[in-house]
Amino acid sequence: MRWAMVKAVTRADLYRLFRTRDYWIPLVILGSMFFVVMPVLLLGSMALIQQQSSIVNQIGGIVGNLPDSIQQNIQGDSPTARASYAFAVYLLAPIAIIVPLTISSAVGANSIVGERERGTGEFLAHSPLKVSEIYIGKLLASLIPGYAAGIVGFGLYAVVVNLIVGPQLGGWFFPTAGWMLLVLWVVPPFIAIALALILRLSARVRSAASAHQASSLVTLPVILISYGVASGLLYSPVLSAAAAGFLAWIIALTLLASGAKSIKRERLLGVSADG
Amino acid sequence: MHDGMPPAITFASVSKQFGAVVALDDVSFTAPIGSVTVLLGPNGAGKTTTVRLTTGAMLPNAGGIQVLGLNPLHDGDEVRRRVGVVPPKPAFYDQVTGWENLQFAATIFESDEVRARSAAERFGIDHALGQEVGGYSTGMRTRLALARAVIHDPEVLMLDEPTAGLDPESAKAVLELIKEMAGRGRTIVMCTHLLHEAEGIADQVVLMEEGSVRAHGDPRELARQYMPDPIVLLDAADRTSLDFIPELDGVLAIRWDGPLHVTIDDEDRIPDIVIEMVKRGVRPTRVEPLVPTLEDLYFEMQRSHRASV
Repeated sequence: MRWAMVKAVTRADLYRLFRTRDYWIPLVILGSMFFVVMPVLLLGSMALIQQQSSIVNQIGGIVGNLPDSIQQNIQGDSPTARASYAFAVYLLAPIAIIVPLTISSAVGANSIVGERERGTGEFLAHSPLKVSEIYIGKLLASLIPGYAAGIVGFGLYAVVVNLIVGPQLGGWFFPTAGWMLLVLWVVPPFIAIALALILRLSARVRSAASAHQASSLVTLPVILISYGVASGLLYSPVLSAAAAGFLAWIIALTLLASGAKSIKRERLLGVSADG
Repeated sequence: MHDGMPPAITFASVSKQFGAVVALDDVSFTAPIGSVTVLLGPNGAGKTTTVRLTTGAMLPNAGGIQVLGLNPLHDGDEVRRRVGVVPPKPAFYDQVTGWENLQFAATIFESDEVRARSAAERFGIDHALGQEVGGYSTGMRTRLALARAVIHDPEVLMLDEPTAGLDPESAKAVLELIKEMAGRGRTIVMCTHLLHEAEGIADQVVLMEEGSVRAHGDPRELARQYMPDPIVLLDAADRTSLDFIPELDGVLAIRWDGPLHVTIDDEDRIPDIVIEMVKRGVRPTRVEPLVPTLEDLYFEMQRSHRASV
């Protein structure tokens, strides 16, 4: 494996991505919606309705229905503050998964079949790049936008949450240990699992449209699984989160290690490798 | 050409199928080091498949291929490092500049920016390197593809229909590149169906049709093989005045194809034919011994093959 070659493939893909506004602007809008707009609207509304006792009581009821173990961790003196804390930390948790996974999937689905559709796959097929270098380069070019969106979005979300909910709790409280673990340890392998599957599809299908359709079939179950895992882990002890992340990493690395075999030079040319 | 050295490319009974479709059927030929080999044939003849098999981008179903002493099946990366390819429809990353495309190629072919710049200047595309390739014309794209293909100074250069859609100036640049590289001992393989392009530059031609090699060798040798009898082209102000030509001694065949193509048993017959024409009061407008072009040879080989089938 020559890392200079991997870097060249990744850089070429990222350059192209960032120069294609039609591609990244919708992804930025998606990220902004989930990490900024929705939390601002939701948590801002809760801050504004503090005086309306009937709504506050309803929200207090929702928080009161959460398991005791979670209620012990919820901070805040007033019902609204406790409800805001619960929303910020527990109920919006899955957005940390959905946005980066969607972004990486969108990039990954197009990565190999796109080379074939543009005709640039012919150049790669005739080049001295090893298929493993092409695969890792494409993988990184798909992972980086998702991870970057996750980290930046997480940062923005932290600012939004602290600015809106923080005053009710006596200061900045976010991120919590559970969120840090989720973002840095649990989310990355789930993105990698989805990409390992999507890159295989991208190497096999005949068009980018097919790749996007097929990738959504892969992404949806992964989102649902990761949603469930992410939500559950925030309620669970840190050890189980670490264990779930470790298991996800093993699955991801296994899939990634075998994924390079899905790329054949003949497929880059747009010719069936089975012919 | 470098006599006595092993060929740069050897195809030995190579076959390639895509499902039920036979793309190449028992193809054999060699391309000597430092030679210009022209793969001639109509669309679908198997020329592009031959290029793809040469670099190991595709693998054959049967037969053996050697490129620079290496087997693309096992040493594909090394083969591709030493071979340059200009595909029939050069494609680039359109959203980035010409220079960024060349930089990418320079990195993966382990070349450098000085060579990249020099290659761009050589094909007159250096002035446009700062523009996004999406805005390039067909000619500019081909020039950039040529620059990209020679960025690592390949030992073998394969050009697949390199002048398709090009303006005359760009087409001339391609043919000059071929001559210049062959002059430096590089091996060139050019696929084309444009016979006039191959004229004068081909050390050998490989005539392909329906995935098979119909004939291959030095164009002059092939001309002797397929067109052994001399042909003289005749025309006259009144064409009916040439009706007597088949009756003359030494005339083997005639056919009207533009002028009258008269196949004779010896070039020495030509003065006798002219004397006879003058005697009969014919006003000749053309008397010209035919020097077979590749086009003549191509159609003759096709006629010969179909007749044998």
